[in-house]
Amino acid sequence: MSEGGQLNDHRDGRDIVLRLRGVRTQFGDKVIHDKLDFDLFRGEIVGLVGGSGTGKSVLLRTIIGLNQATAGTIEMLGVDTATLHGKAERAMQARTGVQFQDGALFSSLTVSENIIVPVREHANLDEQTMRDIAALKIALVGLPPDTGEKKPSELSGGMRKRASLARALALDAELLFLDEPTAGLDPIGAAHYDELVKGLSRSLGLTILMVTHDLDSLNAVCDRIAVLLDKRVVVGTMEELLAYDHPWVREYFHGPRGRAARQEQE
Amino acid sequence: MSDVEPTIRYTMHAGKPVVEFGGNWTVMHLRGIRQKAAKAMASAGAGRSRMVDASGIDRLDTAGALEILLLAGGGADTEVKTRDKTHADLFEVVQKNMCDAMPERHVNWFAHWLEEVGHNTIEVYRQAVNLCAFFGEILVVFVEACLQPRRFRVNAVVRQMYEVWIRALVIVGVLCFLIGVVIAYQGIQQLRQFGAETFAVEAVGISMFRELGVLLTAIIVAGRSGSAFTAQIGTMQVNQEVDAMRTIGLNPVEWLVMPRILALLIAMPFLGFWGDMTGLLGGAVACTVYLDFTFVQFFDRLRDTVGPWHFYTGMIKAPVFGVVIATIGCFEGLQVRGSAESVGKLTTRAVVESIFCVIVLDAVFSIIFLLADV
Repeated sequence: MSEGGQLNDHRDGRDIVLRLRGVRTQFGDKVIHDKLDFDLFRGEIVGLVGGSGTGKSVLLRTIIGLNQATAGTIEMLGVDTATLHGKAERAMQARTGVQFQDGALFSSLTVSENIIVPVREHANLDEQTMRDIAALKIALVGLPPDTGEKKPSELSGGMRKRASLARALALDAELLFLDEPTAGLDPIGAAHYDELVKGLSRSLGLTILMVTHDLDSLNAVCDRIAVLLDKRVVVGTMEELLAYDHPWVREYFHGPRGRAARQEQE
Repeated sequence: MSDVEPTIRYTMHAGKPVVEFGGNWTVMHLRGIRQKAAKAMASAGAGRSRMVDASGIDRLDTAGALEILLLAGGGADTEVKTRDKTHADLFEVVQKNMCDAMPERHVNWFAHWLEEVGHNTIEVYRQAVNLCAFFGEILVVFVEACLQPRRFRVNAVVRQMYEVWIRALVIVGVLCFLIGVVIAYQGIQQLRQFGAETFAVEAVGISMFRELGVLLTAIIVAGRSGSAFTAQIGTMQVNQEVDAMRTIGLNPVEWLVMPRILALLIAMPFLGFWGDMTGLLGGAVACTVYLDFTFVQFFDRLRDTVGPWHFYTGMIKAPVFGVVIATIGCFEGLQVRGSAESVGKLTTRAVVESIFCVIVLDAVFSIIFLLADV
């Protein structure tokens, strides 16, 4: 096995945007991850999968700093996140974006204001500029222009996810974390969303780590797939994982749903 | 990370006006850029241009690209010369998605005020109509339950009674006791001026029995249990539990609303009585301290001077207040739609409305008792 949990090395000389080494998370006596290594390279989209209870969300929360790792190092954009404090931490937050599962839009603000919040906090531009930026982001994620004036409660689930993506993109983050971006969307909406993510990542040069269970998404969007197995991750392309010998992986990718998703793709 | 400020230059190139941009154009560098651009444009004496030379740019993001296109005055048809492909791609994406931000609506404040008043008036009217309809629904369920007593859900009623009655005893008792002390003390102070300080006993007795005991209890219950009803039912509404009940064939009015109303209907008179008693106790304590009365003297005088109807008038009001508070609390709970935010908003509204209704009803009762001469 290559460095960073990879089955085969796919680095190709790219920057390592996110680098986890020997990460251990535990709650009380319960160890969720142990000696976990993982690398994310610039410009790629990686899907994170795993059975329920394997700690996908915990890993995501640990990476974005909402949860403290018990041991190990997490380097984000070349900086050890444990050493980040104050101004440097805020600068790092401006370079990363997170889309939470149900959007987590601030319910008392309109969509526009939601997008403006991080801009105001980090860049503090004048009102008109920020409104222009918000309108651009709304268009970028494929929402109609009048969405900006609406409250999150007036939007459908899919629109909320897009609006949340717009907020995550507000500062042109280089590194984006998406938590189950297509969960709860109908297949058509999910497919459109996949296309959107792929298009944005290409045109804006984003690096994306997404937790997902959607096999179609994994097939359509992800360059590589990270599987949480036995408290660690195994990363590879779809082909490599199809050939990987592990009961859970076999069942996941060779099960009826996995097969169907692949056929559709071909 | 280099920190080069963004630069703008309006020049002429081959007889055409060109805007040249350089430095870093990311969202972090855009502060005050519009004023800077206006100054540069004024000093160059040049006009807007559809030609943009962005080859001097170091770092660029979508916000920067958008600002450049806006400053150049052009929209999607602006010609952009860029340093490399990534920048060209960025400009292309932004040009494709650019649209005018919605202009802020400026509304005349008077028109706005009128609109608000109108909205609120309609809202109050609707609220009143819906509340009446809801009360009717409760009555229907009540009558049905009377024909089929099994449907009174005794377990739920008892559980609610524990919540709204037993657990409220301490707070109601303490507050009424304190108010009793205060009224007695104030009464003694004022009445002493013309040597009638012993009338403080009547002051405490009558005010507690007729008004304060029950009113104070009702206000505490509205804040404590009315709000809890709204929050409980509202949360169930948000979780779609109420919808689930309907699909299973359980009537939420029967299962959620009736037990709460019955519980308060039964608990309020007892709580009011408890409030009266602790209030009197407070008055008695104050009288022993400030008036050199003994407890026996206090209660003897109370028995001789305060007739039973003072007590009855208070007790008649108690169950009515209980029903009103519970009805409004449950009604607002069922009004919750969508988000958790509305639970908070409607809980506030439930408390305000129920206290308002309690006080209005109290006034109505005063008039009725006045006319009935009791």
